[in-house]
Amino acid sequence: MRLILAVLTWFSLSFAAAAEVEIQDITTPAGLDAWLVEEHSIPFTALELRFRGGTSLDAPGKRGAVYLMTALLEEGAADMDAREFARAQETLAAAFSFDASDDSVSISARFLTENRDAALALLRAAIHEPRFDPDGVERVRAQIIASLQNDAKDPDSIARKVFSRLAFGDHPYGSDGEGTVESVAALTRADLVQAHRDVFARDRLYIGAVGDITPEELGALIDDLLGALPAEGREIPGPAEVLLTGGDTVVEFETPQSVAVFGQAGIERRDPDFFAAYVLNQVLGGGSFESRLMNEVREKRGLTYGVYSYLAPKDLAAVYLGSVASANDRIAEAVQVIRDEWTRAATQGVTEQEVEDAKTYLTGAYPLRFDGNGQIAQILAGMQMEGLPIDYVATRNDQVKAVTVEDVNRVAADLLDPDGLRFVIVGQPVGITESTN
Amino acid sequence: MARVFSLVAAVCLFALPLSAEGIDDAVTSFELDNGLQVVVIEDHRAPVVQHMVWYRAGSADEPIGASGVAHFLEHLLFKATDTLASGEFSATVAANGGQDNAFTSYDYTAYFQRVAADRLALMMQMESDRMVNLRLTEHNITTERDVILEERNMRIENNPRALFNEQMNAVQYYNHRYGVPVIGWKHEMETLSLSDALGFYRTYYSPNNAIVVVSGDVDPDDVRKLAQETYGQIPANPDLPERMRTQEPPQTAERRLTYKDPRVAQPYVSRSYLAPERNSGDQQQAAALVLLARILGDGTTSYLTERLQFEQQVAIYSAAFYGGMSLDDTTFDLLVVPSEGVSLQTAEEALDTALADFLRSGVDPEHLDRIKMQLRASQIYALDNVDGIANRYGRALASGLTVADVQAWPDILQAVTPDQIMAAAREVLRPERSVTGWLMKADEVTQ
Repeated sequence: MRLILAVLTWFSLSFAAAAEVEIQDITTPAGLDAWLVEEHSIPFTALELRFRGGTSLDAPGKRGAVYLMTALLEEGAADMDAREFARAQETLAAAFSFDASDDSVSISARFLTENRDAALALLRAAIHEPRFDPDGVERVRAQIIASLQNDAKDPDSIARKVFSRLAFGDHPYGSDGEGTVESVAALTRADLVQAHRDVFARDRLYIGAVGDITPEELGALIDDLLGALPAEGREIPGPAEVLLTGGDTVVEFETPQSVAVFGQAGIERRDPDFFAAYVLNQVLGGGSFESRLMNEVREKRGLTYGVYSYLAPKDLAAVYLGSVASANDRIAEAVQVIRDEWTRAATQGVTEQEVEDAKTYLTGAYPLRFDGNGQIAQILAGMQMEGLPIDYVATRNDQVKAVTVEDVNRVAADLLDPDGLRFVIVGQPVGITESTN
Repeated sequence: MARVFSLVAAVCLFALPLSAEGIDDAVTSFELDNGLQVVVIEDHRAPVVQHMVWYRAGSADEPIGASGVAHFLEHLLFKATDTLASGEFSATVAANGGQDNAFTSYDYTAYFQRVAADRLALMMQMESDRMVNLRLTEHNITTERDVILEERNMRIENNPRALFNEQMNAVQYYNHRYGVPVIGWKHEMETLSLSDALGFYRTYYSPNNAIVVVSGDVDPDDVRKLAQETYGQIPANPDLPERMRTQEPPQTAERRLTYKDPRVAQPYVSRSYLAPERNSGDQQQAAALVLLARILGDGTTSYLTERLQFEQQVAIYSAAFYGGMSLDDTTFDLLVVPSEGVSLQTAEEALDTALADFLRSGVDPEHLDRIKMQLRASQIYALDNVDGIANRYGRALASGLTVADVQAWPDILQAVTPDQIMAAAREVLRPERSVTGWLMKADEVTQ
């Protein structure tokens, strides 16, 4: 009780190619945990808060409640209406952004040292005392409905939504967290108050901070900002079953270029083979020009501007996703080439040289992520949410380097499922018909 | 990802990052004997470096009939040189743990790599190599032309808002190449040839038409030495043409257009006015326009938001945009997205009424003070993003400004008075200098 703040761990590391990042694990007097990197050379701080659960916490029949609630946090709080709140924020030159995704509600804040207390008082009001004034609710509701109507005529959005429904069915992952036009239209103020109560709680909170602040100052700041939150929030739904089957789904839409989202069941972040899968994906379709998919679909055949694949280990399910877009009369060839590459990697594996190149790229690119207080704060919060140890930033590259071509090819044979690969194609594709393997 | 281009003059949703230069003094610039300009921005917080080369050649410098060739060439620069195989450039960057890409706009084409600081010499060697040693084949042309056509499909053809912006620009610029899209008109892209690409390359890619910007954990003396050993070995191009473009005549008639597309879910009104850009040694009016855009249409407290969204509730979104960094005349843009059940006609009338009222009532001094406070703070926040600073210098120098102009800019912004803002508003927001566009659903009846 007398202890102002406990610095539990002082973890220090330095990359071959990145700044020394010293992560401190602190526990505040009120018992909240946070990771901090002190960086006093520029007089501001970036603070990242994550509340696990996100839009998956929507109550039955209330799809979009968490999203709308989150969007309203800066639309008036305590004794300030939306415009008074915005003027106060401008006066302080503080920046707050609020976002809701499938797995979390995130709050990213940036504030100057010279007016830190005033900026935090404002953020505190937004988190604890949002007003949900009727005019603000209607204004933001109209914006979200307009965005949903846009999505309904956007081939990328259509493809993603149809794919999610096929992959996850009635689980919250199976529908858009923004809700539907009908569900958003029906939300009441009481629904928003309930969503607020469901999301913001201490049992699901992760905090990263980087900047011009000491551990003692951060501890006091966090307790003032978040100490009064309720202990527990709404129960997070159970795991989602991945329902994907192999084949092609076509959504007719009049547009010159077909857009395809593809995917299959994935691999959990905690799986011991995760890094082998990560290296495999880098070879197959990771976001560089060297991937097999980029080479075969774009460089050799000119079928697309971009083709990518990526592992998506979400909290409640893991999928392996990708996307491509080609003119309506060329998309069939692009889809075939991707299927062939999926099969080739699954059956013949990849080469030792490919694995080594991918590892060099991944280990070299990792420190480049640590370029700015805001990005580092997000990494710190994300690591905690994923349950990674505080020394992860120092061991991560070693884990990548430890992957062998044998590991990758074992995982390729096990993970890649050409027969289970589902394509959702939106457009007027020539030569593709609906199919299920 | 890759070989991206930026649609700078389109109604873009990225407001320009506003100025960190005033308190950023770690900038060194010098010129090599062959005319290459070099800017070094030091930031020793992490042993990482960003290396960029900017060519003073963009889509507005293309020959008539070959629109898109600047961007096409940008793609082709990743093919073979005398010493590198096709694709080896990016593969080498990746094999050194780095990332690379490139982008094209109206006034410039730029290439960059982010790598560990000790790999800078290799990057400079490879980048200087492809400045003059590119070896293209007909096969490169046919496959990569398909790639840029798919890129156009993705960015433009599949997106009614982008098609609408393209038409808006074409109507705004009658005589200047800013009226032609950066990626090119589709029918001209389909005919781009090896000789088109090589013609543009040989004309514009030379040290005396380039700016190298290096930011990060570097010492300016080391950069100078490396630059001399690499870029310094390439002779200047004595035939580099003057950068002369056909200019817009004075606009004397209001212009209007309507674009209809069944893929439009949300109709809106777009308005652009021909506007002056930042000129070297003369940036005051552009600074006033930057502040005007923020006052009128940047966020919850802006004038148009207040009027159209809060008071009259005729719009769900409104915004004003002004970039200012441009070689020739640019645009000041406004956007109003009407509320459900509100017609485009009503939205446009509400916009014009609000603008007329603003021209009468003038600037709210408290609002201006808040904006200036945010601009000062942005200088502090920007120090955290050294790549952003590097981008700002590169763009400025490729757009006719100098290092001194960039460094003077924050103080010029702070010194702008309400009277200057109103004078700029009266000068620019004139109906006879405007283009008004309606983006509509296909079945909507014009009122």
